[in-house]
Amino acid sequence: MQHNTAIKILSFGLIAEITGPEFSAAAEDTQALQSQLLARFPKLSETKFAIAVNRNIVHGLTPLSTADEVALMPPYSGG
Amino acid sequence: MMQPNPRYQRHYDLQDFGVAAQQKLERASVLVIGAGGLGCPALLYLAGAGVGKIGIVDGDAVSLSNLHRQVLYVTADIGRPKSAVAFQRLSELNPEIEIEHFNYFITNQKAVELFPQYDLILDCTDNFAARYLINDACVLLGKPLVFGAIFRYEGQVAVFNLADESGLKTNYRDLFPIPPNQNEVEDCNHAGVLGVLPGIIGTLMANEAIKILCSLGHDLRHKLWTFNLRHYQNYTLALSPNPAAIVPKDIETFLSVDYHWLCGVGGTGIDEISPQELSVYLTSQNPLVIDVRERHESPEVDFEHVRIPLSELKKQLPNFDSESIVVFCQSGKRSLEAATLIRASLPESSKISHLKGGILALQEFAHGQNT
Repeated sequence: MQHNTAIKILSFGLIAEITGPEFSAAAEDTQALQSQLLARFPKLSETKFAIAVNRNIVHGLTPLSTADEVALMPPYSGG
Repeated sequence: MMQPNPRYQRHYDLQDFGVAAQQKLERASVLVIGAGGLGCPALLYLAGAGVGKIGIVDGDAVSLSNLHRQVLYVTADIGRPKSAVAFQRLSELNPEIEIEHFNYFITNQKAVELFPQYDLILDCTDNFAARYLINDACVLLGKPLVFGAIFRYEGQVAVFNLADESGLKTNYRDLFPIPPNQNEVEDCNHAGVLGVLPGIIGTLMANEAIKILCSLGHDLRHKLWTFNLRHYQNYTLALSPNPAAIVPKDIETFLSVDYHWLCGVGGTGIDEISPQELSVYLTSQNPLVIDVRERHESPEVDFEHVRIPLSELKKQLPNFDSESIVVFCQSGKRSLEAATLIRASLPESSKISHLKGGILALQEFAHGQNT
């Protein structure tokens, strides 16, 4: 993993229990990041989550660059 | 000019609020779906604030394990319908507002009947089936929705389906287009919850409702606000329309959607057994009883059973040679999933049942009998 392309990743809810609340990764876009995450944390395949880049929810393929902050946000259902 | 009401004096005194905002509240109507952990604080503050008409939808009854967080209820209310008790308490709190109460769980049909009678909807439910149903109904019926949800020590609040200056609206499906399987996420009955968390999140939902109704600005439209109770960290995400977000195209289509099925819960051909009925059923039918909780889970039960955790059933389903099977777990969710799995592997003539509300409900029933 190249240090100069490190992206900060924050996880929430059940995702945080799988990945830990904060870690870093290197990927050129959200799709590459997702496949990397699935390889690193296979349990992620069992749960749905939204991806935010710099606090904006993104849909589909989104390029990532150094110093981006990614959030993995699962739905909560409790009430 | 309306005569100022001393009940709302502190609102009149408040800068940027005053008589004008109070009158907006008094002319407004809010439907609160779910009178549990989120609904109780939301209802208390909305009623106290003087929202002119409040509707309460909940088909559940008060139980002992609700009381640490569902602040409208007291110990003597156990077993009574939440909607009726909430109605009584809120009427005492503020007899000057109109309160309607509905002792049922929300359905597609009820949403279509009720939502048009209110200005704003609050989703205080505890399951994905209800959350997607409410979201879709709000989109189709043009109702703004205040959303709140919790998981362990974390909470989410958002405002959906409220147009900004350019007319743009976003909804829950822009965030999560496809309903998760309910089994992906544990509810409070499984995962536990610190009582104050829904207190905070439900109160913030009331706050969003009041801001929207009084046009105070800075509400959470196009945003998901999340909060972690342990670290006091909050994190706000911005939402934009998601091309994958597909809401049923019209009311007729909406009415035909089975949200329970979409969220992977429920199943046909599975009977529910209530805690009251269980012991008679076990003696009269002599069924095979399966505990599908994981092996470390307690409490143990005092009737004959085998333990096959749901996780093992999913890997390999044994060949059950019994005409009648009863499945149970802690809260009745995993047992329903297990019963659905087993149902699919057995002939139609076999009878599959699960214990509604699980061991927790059984314990509460036993507790009620002993006191």
